[in-house]
Amino acid sequence: MSASPAPRAPGDGASPPGPSQQAAAFFAARFGIDAPVMEDLLACALSEGGDYADLYFEHRQTASLLFEEQAVKRAGGGVLQGVGIRVVSGDATGYAYTEDFSQDSMRQAARTAARIARHNREPGPIDVTPIALPNRYPVLLPSIDVRAAEKLGLLRRADEAARAYDPSITRVVVSLADEQRHLLIATSDGRLAGDVQPMLRISIQCLSERGKSRQTAVGGGGGRFGLEYFDTHTPEDLAREAARQAVLLHDAVEAPAGQFPVVLGAGDSGILLHEAVGHGLEADFNRKQTSNYSGRVGKPVASPLCTVVDDGTIDFSRGSINVDDEGNPTARNVLIADGVLQGYMQDHISARHFGVTPSGNGRRETFKHMPMPRMTNTYMLPGESAPEDILRAVPKGLYCVAYGGGQVNISNGDFVFSVTEAYMIENGHVTAPVRNVTLIGNGPDTLSKVTMVGSDLKLSDGRWTCGKEGQSVPVGVGMPTVLVSSITVGGTKQ
Amino acid sequence: MAESLLDIAEHVVKLARQGGADAADAVLDSGVEFSVTVRRGEVEKLIEASARGLGLRVFRGGRCAVTYTSDLAPAALARFVEQALDLAAITDPDPLAGLPDPEAWAPPQPTDLAAYDPTLGDVTAEQKIELARRAEAAAFAADPRVTNSDGASFSSEYGERVLVNSLGFAGVYRASGCSLTMEAIADDTDGKKRNDYWYTAARAFADLESPEEVGRIAAERTVRKLGARQVATQTVPVVWDPMVARSFVGNLARAMTGDALYRRATFLIDREGEQVASPLITLIDDPTLRGRLRSRPFDGEGTTSRRNEVLVEGVFRGFLMDTYSARKTGRQTTGNASRGVSGSPSPGTTNFYMAAGASKPAEIIRSVESGLYLTEMMGFGWNITTGDFSQGAAGLWIERGELAYPVSEINVSGNLVEMLQDVDMVGDDLVFRAGTAAPTFRMRKLVVSGL
Repeated sequence: MSASPAPRAPGDGASPPGPSQQAAAFFAARFGIDAPVMEDLLACALSEGGDYADLYFEHRQTASLLFEEQAVKRAGGGVLQGVGIRVVSGDATGYAYTEDFSQDSMRQAARTAARIARHNREPGPIDVTPIALPNRYPVLLPSIDVRAAEKLGLLRRADEAARAYDPSITRVVVSLADEQRHLLIATSDGRLAGDVQPMLRISIQCLSERGKSRQTAVGGGGGRFGLEYFDTHTPEDLAREAARQAVLLHDAVEAPAGQFPVVLGAGDSGILLHEAVGHGLEADFNRKQTSNYSGRVGKPVASPLCTVVDDGTIDFSRGSINVDDEGNPTARNVLIADGVLQGYMQDHISARHFGVTPSGNGRRETFKHMPMPRMTNTYMLPGESAPEDILRAVPKGLYCVAYGGGQVNISNGDFVFSVTEAYMIENGHVTAPVRNVTLIGNGPDTLSKVTMVGSDLKLSDGRWTCGKEGQSVPVGVGMPTVLVSSITVGGTKQ
Repeated sequence: MAESLLDIAEHVVKLARQGGADAADAVLDSGVEFSVTVRRGEVEKLIEASARGLGLRVFRGGRCAVTYTSDLAPAALARFVEQALDLAAITDPDPLAGLPDPEAWAPPQPTDLAAYDPTLGDVTAEQKIELARRAEAAAFAADPRVTNSDGASFSSEYGERVLVNSLGFAGVYRASGCSLTMEAIADDTDGKKRNDYWYTAARAFADLESPEEVGRIAAERTVRKLGARQVATQTVPVVWDPMVARSFVGNLARAMTGDALYRRATFLIDREGEQVASPLITLIDDPTLRGRLRSRPFDGEGTTSRRNEVLVEGVFRGFLMDTYSARKTGRQTTGNASRGVSGSPSPGTTNFYMAAGASKPAEIIRSVESGLYLTEMMGFGWNITTGDFSQGAAGLWIERGELAYPVSEINVSGNLVEMLQDVDMVGDDLVFRAGTAAPTFRMRKLVVSGL
């Protein structure tokens, strides 16, 4: 990552401006927020003392379309904008925000945040300089800039393809959401970082009715793309997936109850990692020693077949960011290497506590929220086993393919994931589909039971949102096909 | 001269009409929030801010757009309304889309809701910090095994909602709320920690329970988890503690909305008027209750609030509706339109609760020879279309009518159609601590998955 600062003037014509320059130019032109304004606010924030302050400017534009009963039912959109001001004093954080970009209102917010400080100290002059950042999602035409009328065809295609899949598909709901987020972060240690973040998400819900049996399934995808996404992920393919899952469920049998070996299919099964280790390895929990992974850096926490990475640098992925919401560049962070815990995902306060470099994981939902360590794209590296061999290794168990969500208790490490498409495995063969079921395990224990890791790493396709302490952020997950030798399956058949 | 928020909302609706909308409504929410977290005796976080947002719905020839903004400057509003009208033009006409009929707000609104506590604004930051400190100190003092804390937090918010529509409805109400939460942690073997929390929440500051009580109960709930283990897979009676009982009721409500009905995505379809649950269960949605956390004079479309008896002694009386879902299904709105600033209204609950029964909670536990006292659930295992239910769980094992030892890393599962019929005891311990509430209840059987 380049450490040389770019000149203060945005763009010198020699190369396209990076994300920081683009964002700085946006806020300067639109709201008159330039370096002197920011430097003044930072000084105001530190006027009562304090060790650190940052300003987080956000302008988020969203657009949405709802297609249901074969008609464009609703169109929507809006703008969310404001600045969040944070002051850190020792271990305490003061925070205030305003939606009003007038000097008075922003200064007022800075003074409110400043009240947290207890040690009086004259802040020196602060000089913010833009940092250079690569752009992992150089979308030429963000979908938010495309007129809504031009997107309707995509929705119609999805609807038609879902209905064409099977006559039992009686209802289809397609929704398309896009957004463009400009953010600019100025810190009291002189950094100015920014980003322009596009996001696209399509969701297709299908209802299949066969006599009295009604089944629903949801599919879709997206990421930090423009509409070119649909050239390689057609609305037809995405819709057919949702329709297929809904139809399949009519034949689903009761899932078993008790402990079984489970094969997790490549891709969305990464939700296992997100819950089993991801949250537990967020540095705030470990700094406070509330996580069951506290104090375990350097110790084995998983089978030696497991190497788990959190990587914000994957091009165009939903979970990727060029810079985190504290102005630190993202990185590819190895969390677990060959089963041994390497470190935690940091935010500014935790990195300072642990005496490490920030890892680019300090994220926040909007300017109204304080940052904390969050995941980006979390996945396991591929192993040596052929995926077919993994299924063959199971005499009786479950094969899980698609998920509705997961959750974890980071204190004791118990985690769950709820499955929406899964099958029985009998004598190494995939047999009957099973009804929706939730699996429960315990992080270190379950990961120590990973006995085969496939060579087929796949990333999930743009659908996941992570919730923590009331803040949602978009994330990605990934996995190769994996065998867990034993986990509790919450079915009904004993 | 400052314009009131009501003036702004009226202005926006007028602009929409002038711009060609047949109908429009605008919701304007403004509020002030404060939140402090104290950890290990010191202030860890303090947030204080005010915000406001405007949401607009426009209808033109049956076409609909829903937009939002926080920029209330006159020039910005003019552009905002224009954009909404442009967006509506690309949608398809829907003859059922539109505002409620004026009869919906003809009945007089309830006036004695006590939704706003005027004394809340006088409580200082120092007083709030002190309450959080006391709650945390009480948790540590309650049991030496509580060795860590994820903080005690005090939050308060107050604000105003304005709703105006082009058929002549204009309504304003103020609301406030405050809460105190404490999360305690105890160290267990194997690097595991056990955590739990307790809290108090109310509209009025004076109605909050004492911080000492909050801290003490947080500590109790935490230490009783020490040594939790899995149990063997079996089918047993399950007693639901009020926290999970409330979560059960809240999730069940999703199957009882007009949206789920017209989308045919509920297991209760075609079952109005039928005995779908045990006669011990009565479920009510009531936004007219004085002092409760979700009380309001009118819903997100202006319909006057009313009490709705959704399930009475096990008989399903009907779905919770907003105007659109009511028209789609040939029924009437029940005043349950939920509406945020960004987004369209959709049916949702207000104060939604299971009525108290006759049994003492201790009696319910004593009735179980061997089974689960469920205190926690995790996951997304609710399928409201089919009724399939499967959730991660934790709690205490009941042996010969006594709470014997803690259990975790288990699952509970079944199907809601049977589960509702299987409720065979309902407690008298209904306490409102949130928008949804339920007493302790017992289900005669559920599959517990473990070893």
